[in-house]
Amino acid sequence: MKRAIFLLPLALFLGVAAFLYRGLFLDPAELPSALIGKPFPAFSLPAVQEPERTLTVEDLKGKPALVNVWATWCVSCKVEHPVLNELAGRGVNIVGVNYKDDNASALKWLKEFHDPYRLNIRDEQGSLGLDLGVYGAPETFLVDRHGIIRHKFVGVIDERVWREQLAARYQELLDE
Amino acid sequence: MKTAIRALSLGLVLSTTAHAAIDTYEFKSDAERERYRGLIEELRCPKCQNQNIADSDAPIAMDLRREIYRMLGEGQSDEQIVDYLVARYGDFVRYKPPLDGRTLLLWYGPAGLLALGFGVLATILVRRRRNTAGPAATSLSPDERERLATLLDKKDP
Repeated sequence: MKRAIFLLPLALFLGVAAFLYRGLFLDPAELPSALIGKPFPAFSLPAVQEPERTLTVEDLKGKPALVNVWATWCVSCKVEHPVLNELAGRGVNIVGVNYKDDNASALKWLKEFHDPYRLNIRDEQGSLGLDLGVYGAPETFLVDRHGIIRHKFVGVIDERVWREQLAARYQELLDE
Repeated sequence: MKTAIRALSLGLVLSTTAHAAIDTYEFKSDAERERYRGLIEELRCPKCQNQNIADSDAPIAMDLRREIYRMLGEGQSDEQIVDYLVARYGDFVRYKPPLDGRTLLLWYGPAGLLALGFGVLATILVRRRRNTAGPAATSLSPDERERLATLLDKKDP
């Protein structure tokens, strides 16, 4: 019994060490989204390429989509863009949210770097971004065919992220 | 010269720490201004993590301040505003997290640890007192006690 008490500090130390060790591999910048499992917020915004066309949440439904929040002022979006082009080429349904951007620059960007988006929502005021809890582009949401947000990824999607984190989830939504 | 450099460096340090974002919002009353200040100081900037939205210069913090100002203008209550932000950014935006199952340890953990510490301290003290007061006082036989007394007397001329 007495000996067991001497082991207590060691046990406490091991417990703390286990927590700290796990902390080494957590990214504090990654916030869990409050929106997972919730419907995509309602919006009524013009399309980037067609100013007279109004897009709503109904346009998202029917088919699982990768909703990608991007902007021309966002440096990492430029890194991500070729990957999105590649994914679109493989038939992935990508919807863009052009977040707090200048529309002319957005059009120029899409012309210069190719347009991977099936739809592109023009969110100049950032109201949709706010409803989505966006805190820094690029952010990408996986939305199922009923318009429910199923997963969120913050940061640049590259081949590895796609392969390890998103591809299987997207396939799951397709198979549902 | 030295003092000038010192003053300058102190000034530089202060200018970076006391740097708060300033917006020019007009409020209907001082009470509303107070509520605004309270809210932006209690809410955390999702982008910059360790700043509240009052101090942050990030564009998102600016948007959130504007949104809070708008909602205050619409006459919404503090809870409604906080709930609105929590619905979008999660509990992360609150510097004061709600008390629920997941945060029980966070709220009561320190008090629990303190109680545990006092418990350990109390056990140690009780045990020590028992050891010194108990056996030591009774284990001396009358002979021994006499010897002890003479020894102590010798030492003290």
